[in-house]
Amino acid sequence: MNSNPVISAQDLVAGYKDKVIWRDANFTINRGEFIGLLGANGAGKTTMFRLLLGLSRPVSGRLEVFGKSASRGNPRIGYVPQRPYIDSESKIEAVEYVRLAVSGTKLGFSFGRSDDERQRAYEALVSVGAANLAHRSLSELSGGELQRIFFAQALVSKPDLLLLDEPLANLDIRRETELIRLISHVVKEQNIAVLLIAHDINPLLPVVDRIIYIANGKVASGKPSEIVTSKKLSELYDSPIEVLKGSRGQLAVLGVEEALHHDD
Amino acid sequence: MTTKFIATLSSSGFSFNLYSDLVNMWQYDFMRHAFEAGTIVAVVAGVVGYFVVMRRLSFAAHALSHIGFAGAAGAVLVGLNPLSGLLLFTSGGGLTMAVLGRKASSRDVQIGTVLAFMLGLGVLFINLYKGYATEAYSLLFGEILGISSSDVIATLVAGLVIIFAIVVIFRRLLFTSLDEEVAEAKGISMMGMSIIFMLLLAVATSIAVQVVGVLLIFALMVTPAAIAQRIARRPSQGLTISICIALLATWFGLFISYYIPYPVSFFITTTVFVAYLLVRLFQSDLVHRPR
Repeated sequence: MNSNPVISAQDLVAGYKDKVIWRDANFTINRGEFIGLLGANGAGKTTMFRLLLGLSRPVSGRLEVFGKSASRGNPRIGYVPQRPYIDSESKIEAVEYVRLAVSGTKLGFSFGRSDDERQRAYEALVSVGAANLAHRSLSELSGGELQRIFFAQALVSKPDLLLLDEPLANLDIRRETELIRLISHVVKEQNIAVLLIAHDINPLLPVVDRIIYIANGKVASGKPSEIVTSKKLSELYDSPIEVLKGSRGQLAVLGVEEALHHDD
Repeated sequence: MTTKFIATLSSSGFSFNLYSDLVNMWQYDFMRHAFEAGTIVAVVAGVVGYFVVMRRLSFAAHALSHIGFAGAAGAVLVGLNPLSGLLLFTSGGGLTMAVLGRKASSRDVQIGTVLAFMLGLGVLFINLYKGYATEAYSLLFGEILGISSSDVIATLVAGLVIIFAIVVIFRRLLFTSLDEEVAEAKGISMMGMSIIFMLLLAVATSIAVQVVGVLLIFALMVTPAAIAQRIARRPSQGLTISICIALLATWFGLFISYYIPYPVSFFITTTVFVAYLLVRLFQSDLVHRPR
């Protein structure tokens, strides 16, 4: 069993030449861990993904993925970006989208209906319980069904690390819970590390091992019970934040909007 | 109307025997060349057009043809082959578009501004040219019946280069067209793919202008592919449909224009338009039919 961390960040600073987005990120992520990446809009959550994918470079600090500096085109990473736009004109079936993640980086031509790549795409769809959606076009699918297809696409290349950017956006509570359970199940079964960006901690509470919270240019990581507290969040935001706990353990974070406006 | 139409056909030698009709028209060099060039252009436009529609670049394709118009008019003015001017300007235009505008959605205003200027420039060149106005007409609306055997060979070479390049980059082009973010994360250079495709589009546009002209480029480059996109469940299917529609429209346009003295490009554009309408009608019927 490989005990090296999947991701290791030391004093990591993200941003552009003249603007720092966040600084001092220090964390490690191991195989089989489910990590929630939280923060307000514009806090720099997707920036973290761009760094991990090698699409942006850190301003300073170290970021290693599988023991090497993060670089583009890492085949061990499965990625689900935010997709605000689905082409309603296109009738290309879901299995072809899934297949792209294994065939799309190759040169040459592939036309087969029953080739190995297509078979792998089917298997990925089966693993997320979406075999029945294989021949539907993306424009015909609901938000929850689409997320399953995208999840299957991220899994098809058999990754060791999954980066999921807001997969829960626009889903109702039932679909949210279903998708989170599915991700958690697959991640444990295949011993993959997953980093999932979300706005709300509550759907993640039953499944996450740790969270990384980005706020006000600072990054904190730890167990939800350590990070999502009035004291810790008030420190991060430099403003009074209140965390209330509901009867079923759900958390409500109050005062973030005010803290962000206060910054402006 | 129909009776008059058939009477016109019959008086022109139309016999309802497809084989003898084709043999009859192919004894003329201009008709043979038209069929040869038209077939190559239709296949190329069908293939390239499929990616144009998928990458939402139809406006860019339209603009490239206008930019090509300025190039062709300029070439005619200085006594060169219009095709060389077309290739030069469309390649330059395509390269600029690929480098400047990364996101298709944000390109419209820049492209529109440049295309209007280029069309104006083309008009100036045509005005300065002291030859016949037919040069401008054939550039704008296509003049497939005036294609020479050397034009056919140039078209064939350009067509083969485009098809070969597409075969080589097919899967990467498809990936970047359908799923930009994931393709980029997988390490494919978006800029590189965009530059290659825009150059291929530039060459394809240049040879397609011979058949349908700059103003009607949509007919072969966009409409058949748009129909394919609405029907095809797999990319291979989409390419096949797109090529077939472009081919059938071109062949039908050439065939019918042999008997009826109207422009070939009119028949081609009408055929693809009718096909598009039929697909839309059929699909709306399917969608609204109670299940």
